[in-house]
Amino acid sequence: MGLRKILDNMEPHFHKGGKYENWYALYEAVDTIFYAPGSTTKTTAHVRDGVDLKRMMITVWMCTFPAMFFGMWNVGYHANMAMAAEGIAAVEGWRGALISLFAGYDPASLWDNMIHGAMYFLPVYAVTFVVGGFWEVLFAMKRGHEVNEGFFVTSILFALTLPPTIPLWQVALGITFGVVVAKEIFGGTGKNFLNPALAGRAFLYFAYPAQISGDAVWTAVDGYTGATALGVAAAEGMNGLTETLTWWDSFLGVMPGSMGETSTLAIMVGGAVLLATKIASWRIVLGVFIGMFALSSLLNVIGSDTNPMFALPWYWHLTLGGLAFGMFFMATDPVSASMTNTGKIWFGILIGAMTVMIRVVNPAFPEGIMLAILFANLFAPFIDHFVVQANIKRRMMRNV
Amino acid sequence: MFEYYLSLLVKAVFVENMALAFFLGMCTFLAVSKKIEAALGLGIAVVVVLVITVPVNNLIYNNLLREGALTWTGMEGAESMDLSFLGYLSYIGVIAAMVQILEMFLDKFVPALYNALGVFLPLITVNCAILGASLFMVERDYNFGESVVYGAGAGIGWALAIVALAGIREKLKYSDVPAGLQGLGITFVTVGLMSLGFMSFSGVQL
Repeated sequence: MGLRKILDNMEPHFHKGGKYENWYALYEAVDTIFYAPGSTTKTTAHVRDGVDLKRMMITVWMCTFPAMFFGMWNVGYHANMAMAAEGIAAVEGWRGALISLFAGYDPASLWDNMIHGAMYFLPVYAVTFVVGGFWEVLFAMKRGHEVNEGFFVTSILFALTLPPTIPLWQVALGITFGVVVAKEIFGGTGKNFLNPALAGRAFLYFAYPAQISGDAVWTAVDGYTGATALGVAAAEGMNGLTETLTWWDSFLGVMPGSMGETSTLAIMVGGAVLLATKIASWRIVLGVFIGMFALSSLLNVIGSDTNPMFALPWYWHLTLGGLAFGMFFMATDPVSASMTNTGKIWFGILIGAMTVMIRVVNPAFPEGIMLAILFANLFAPFIDHFVVQANIKRRMMRNV
Repeated sequence: MFEYYLSLLVKAVFVENMALAFFLGMCTFLAVSKKIEAALGLGIAVVVVLVITVPVNNLIYNNLLREGALTWTGMEGAESMDLSFLGYLSYIGVIAAMVQILEMFLDKFVPALYNALGVFLPLITVNCAILGASLFMVERDYNFGESVVYGAGAGIGWALAIVALAGIREKLKYSDVPAGLQGLGITFVTVGLMSLGFMSFSGVQL
C-alpha cells in the first residue's frame, strides 16, 4: 500500500488552505484512477455499484480501440495505395522521416499501413487530448469540480470522426469549442445538453467545410481525390456504388472516410462490449436501427427517378458513413440522450430517421448522422417530458 | 398539388425555421421558454395567430394594396394605384386585432394559460416572427392557399423551437453555469447551439 500512503501524505497540501489548493482537481483525478473514491451519497438516492463514472468512461474509451486501430490501418492502406498508384516513393517532411525509421510504403504490409496511418491519427489525437485536456483541467480547477474521464471519451470520439488530412490547428479549435462552449460553460460533465464531441465537429464542419468534407480530404496524399462511399452513392447511384465497392468491404471498412468511422465490424465489436456492460443503452441503439430501417425501406418503396439515394437499401445505410459509429458511441451518450426508457427508443428512432432523411433528401450534406444526433439532442428533454407526463396521466387514471 | 403544399409546409417548419434560421421573435422566444407548459401554450397561440393573420393579410394585400389591386372598384386611375406603402400599417393592425381577440378568448376559457403567458400574450402583436411571416408572404408573392400553409408552417416551426428550448432549459436548471453567464446569457448560448442542430436542414431543396 505504498502508493496509498504517498497519496495520503500528499493530500493535505491539496485541501483548502494547503500549498497546492488550486491543484486539488488534478490530485483527485490521479487518486481516483488508482483507488475507488471513498465518498458516499448523503441524500436519499443510494445506488451501490462498483462501477463509478470514471470506470464507465474508461470502458467506453477502450471500446473505441478496435475502430481506432482499424482506422489507422485503413488510413495507411489508402495512402499507400494512392502513393503506389501515383508513383510517389516516400512522404515528405517529418511524417516521412518518422515512417522511414520504422516501416516502408507497401500497401500489402499490415505494419507499413499501421505506421503510416498512425502518423496521421496520433498527431490529431494528441492535439485533441492536450488542448481539450487543458480546458477541462482549467475549468475543473477554477470552478472546483472534478476532472472527469468523460473527457477521454469526448477526445477519442472527436478525433475518430475527423478526416486524416485535417489541419491540426483546426483540431485544436474544434475541441476547444466542443469542450468549452458545449460542455464546460454548462457546468461540466453531466450538465450539458449537446454531445461535446459532435458539437465540436459540427463547428468545424460549418466553419471550415473545405477541410472536412468533399472528395479531397479522405486520403492522406496531397492532391489525391477519392470520394467517400456515400458521396459516390449520391453522385452515381447504386450501380456506381457497387462497381467501386462490395458490401463486405464496406462492412469491414476498407474504404475512404473519417478515421474511425469506416469499419462497421470493428465498431460493432466495441459496441457489443458497451451493450453487454449496459454502459450504452440498447434501447437507443435499437431505436436508431428501427428509424433507419423503416425510413430507408419506405424510401426504397417510394423510389425516385432523379435522386439515386432513394434506392439505397438499409444494409448499405448501416455500413456507409458514420451511422454505425454514431449509433453505438455518439447517440448513446447518457448525458445528452433521453433519460426515460420509452424516451430512449423514440430518441433513437428520431436519429435513425433523420440520418436517412438528410442523406437522401438534403443535397448539401452527404452524411447526416452528426447533425441528426445534434438535432435529436435538442429534443431529448422534450421527449422525456412527454413520457413523464404520459406516465403521470396513466397512473392518475388507474387510481380513479 | 398536395406534394407542393407539403414541401412548402416542411420548408416553413424546418428549413426556414422562424426562430432558429431567421432568429425572429427572439424576445418572446427567450422570455417564455422557462417551462414547457407555458411554451407550448404560447407556441399554439402563435400558430393560431399566424394561421389567421397571414391569409388575411394576403387578402388585404392582393385585393386592396398592391399595384392595380383596386381595379375591381372601377374607380378612375385604379389600375395604377399602388397602396403598398400602407402595408406595415395594415398588417400590424390585423395582427393587433387578432391578438386582442385571442387574449379575450384565453382570458375567458383558459385562464391558467392566460396568467402563465402574462404580458407576453399582448406582446405577440409586436413579435417579429408574426409580422415577419406576413412580410415574407408579400415578398414571395404567395397566393391565398400558399399563405395559409405558410402561416401554419411558420407557426409550427416557431412553436417546435420554443418547446425544445423550454425542454432544454428545464434540464439546464440542474446545470452549474458560471455566475456571469446565468440567466439570459446561457440561454443565448443555448439558442446558438440549437441553431447548430437545426443546420441539418439548411440546403434542403424542396
